[in-house]
Amino acid sequence: MAASSILNNLKKSAIASLWLAFLTLPIMVIRVDTVEKTVTWRWMHLAYMLAGSFVLALFWHFMMDRRDRGAAARAAGTSQAASALGRVLENPKLVKPLLAMGFLVAAVFPYVFSMYQTNILISALIYVVLGLGLNITVGLAGLLDLGYVAFYAVGAYAYALLNMHFQLGFWTVLPLAAIMGAFFGLLLGFPVLRLRGDYLAIVTLGFGQIVRLVLENWSSFSQGPSGISNIARPGLFGINYSVEQATTYIYYIMLALVILTIFITARLKDSRIGRSWLALREDEIACQAMGIDNTKAKLMAFALGATLASVMGAVFAAKTTFVNPASFTFMESAMILAIVVLGGMGSVLGVILGAFLLILLPEYMRAFSEYRMLIFGATMILVMVFRPQGLIRAKRKVYKINTEAA
Amino acid sequence: MRPVPWFCKGKAVRDPPRGRQDGFMEYFLQLFFGGLSRGSVYALIALGYTMVYGIIELINFAHGEIYMIGAFMGLIVAGVLTAMGWPTLSILVIALIIAVLYSAAYGYTVEKIAYKPLRGAPRLSPLISAIGMSILLQNYIMLAQTPDFLPFPRLIPDLEFMEPYANFLATSDLFIIVTSIAVMVALTLFIKFTRMGKAMRATAQNRKMAMLVGVNVDQVISATFIIGSALAAVGGVLIASHIGQINFVIGFLAGIKAFTAAVLGGIGSIPGAVLGGLVLGWTESFAAGYVSSDYEDVFAFLLLVLILIFRPAGLLGKQRAQKV
Repeated sequence: MAASSILNNLKKSAIASLWLAFLTLPIMVIRVDTVEKTVTWRWMHLAYMLAGSFVLALFWHFMMDRRDRGAAARAAGTSQAASALGRVLENPKLVKPLLAMGFLVAAVFPYVFSMYQTNILISALIYVVLGLGLNITVGLAGLLDLGYVAFYAVGAYAYALLNMHFQLGFWTVLPLAAIMGAFFGLLLGFPVLRLRGDYLAIVTLGFGQIVRLVLENWSSFSQGPSGISNIARPGLFGINYSVEQATTYIYYIMLALVILTIFITARLKDSRIGRSWLALREDEIACQAMGIDNTKAKLMAFALGATLASVMGAVFAAKTTFVNPASFTFMESAMILAIVVLGGMGSVLGVILGAFLLILLPEYMRAFSEYRMLIFGATMILVMVFRPQGLIRAKRKVYKINTEAA
Repeated sequence: MRPVPWFCKGKAVRDPPRGRQDGFMEYFLQLFFGGLSRGSVYALIALGYTMVYGIIELINFAHGEIYMIGAFMGLIVAGVLTAMGWPTLSILVIALIIAVLYSAAYGYTVEKIAYKPLRGAPRLSPLISAIGMSILLQNYIMLAQTPDFLPFPRLIPDLEFMEPYANFLATSDLFIIVTSIAVMVALTLFIKFTRMGKAMRATAQNRKMAMLVGVNVDQVISATFIIGSALAAVGGVLIASHIGQINFVIGFLAGIKAFTAAVLGGIGSIPGAVLGGLVLGWTESFAAGYVSSDYEDVFAFLLLVLILIFRPAGLLGKQRAQKV
């Protein structure tokens, strides 16, 4: 039986790869130049496509079989969902040494590795916080926000503009950026309170686009597409650092912010508001019927997510010393969403892992860097189809009631 | 100045020589017909959104990309045939046919890969998978073709009898309007009178009941994707030939705007999509012509946000109570 199913899969994959090769034939093979009126035929691409799609289709069918078997096992009640990764991370004997090691590496990183590496790690850490912020809105509260990058832009431009016009320092702007982020989060949150899942997604997408378009076109306010440069790096009580020192400094600021964010989100998850978010995500009407204030829960989720993004925006502006609207496109939102989806919606650890994977892997595999977004897109589909819970399943706190003690 | 086309701001390569000094009425007519042709393309794309939403309640984010692929297929066919020295009008017809067939095949495949395995999953899952598909297709075109703008050959020739009206109505505008109307009429007839059309309406009303009375729902869903994608391809080839250049991101903006049109008219409603497309086209055209063309896209998005907040059921949609 196993042999016949493998044969069957091979046959199906062959058909699928032929179909995909036929579909992609004109676009992959033909390249036209309508000005010179020449046509280039690139037949090699067809061979790549055939081989590649065959392997992919085999993988797809293999995973499909596994998924079906998993569904059957769950129906029979014999499932044990924890993955190998999950089991390692749940083992208390391993978690503490791992955490300590991670912390140690993080603490000495800028002194061991070069400035270039440190800079990459800083951007990964920024995405960790962004992911955790979006995780609050999407993962916990189930509000699909496709304009998340708008809040990131708010923070970045807040620092850039306040620094340019009023010479305000990084530490003064950081709390201001947080407040502005919360304000913009509420600004978006209020009108969309009544909207359901997919409409909400579209409105947030529109909101994100509006913010970017305004930044691009309102030149007297934001200097348009050319952006704002020469933003001051953060200082400490009047000490100005050199570029290298500033990088190390920003690194430690980011490390502190990441730890703070992890602490906040992890604590929030089990708090009253965190549980009401989960209820909201599972069923809005039932949640309301249980006496949870929907409005408050939604607004809190938007405002908190936006605050984190806005703070990160300020850090981003300080790190690159330059902002322009091109950094805040929909693709950026999609990337943060991919981090949350891949990591596991609602899971703090998963999102951290997702951010490191999606930011660091393309950095270190330069050869593949142009395929980065292609792979992101494919990842989002594959994760949704085969592993909707993400890398690490979000754990729900279970309360055991001890009946014998009573 | 004629308003700059919507997806190549500052890069319009085929601006007919028209001036604002033509007088108020002429300028108005110019904006009116510009908005009408733009709106009919929005309507063509919006139909795909609205049909899919009507049947499986999913925002097909990859729909804009299907439109973009249609335009690219048109470009490739036109490029090959031009190099072989075919006459313009036959190139237009063949390019349209091949683009429609291929886009339909893409739509069918996208549904099979990204949405079909997720039927019955939580609502967010297919939505995220759709966003993934949209990113995937965009980057596929970018890598396989080019990240730059490609010039698109002019497939719609200027007709002679249109000469007196050319000041406010270009031949390509007229062609777009006429083709769109023809396609929409055909679609309406298809949905009203064929067996498949009936099955589609039944599935849109109640999928479970349709299944019970023997409608092959999988087939209906596939057919919906195929038809929607074909319509988008028609829009893609026509507008690309009208504007004169394409690149891999045109689908994103066109997709959101067409979605706006679909929501504006009431998502799930076919006449609504047409009405929404026209309203959006005119809004943009007049806002760009009389207010400021810099904020043309902002107007579209504002319209989207406002309509969703104040009248989420759209202009022609019915306000329905949510089922518990």
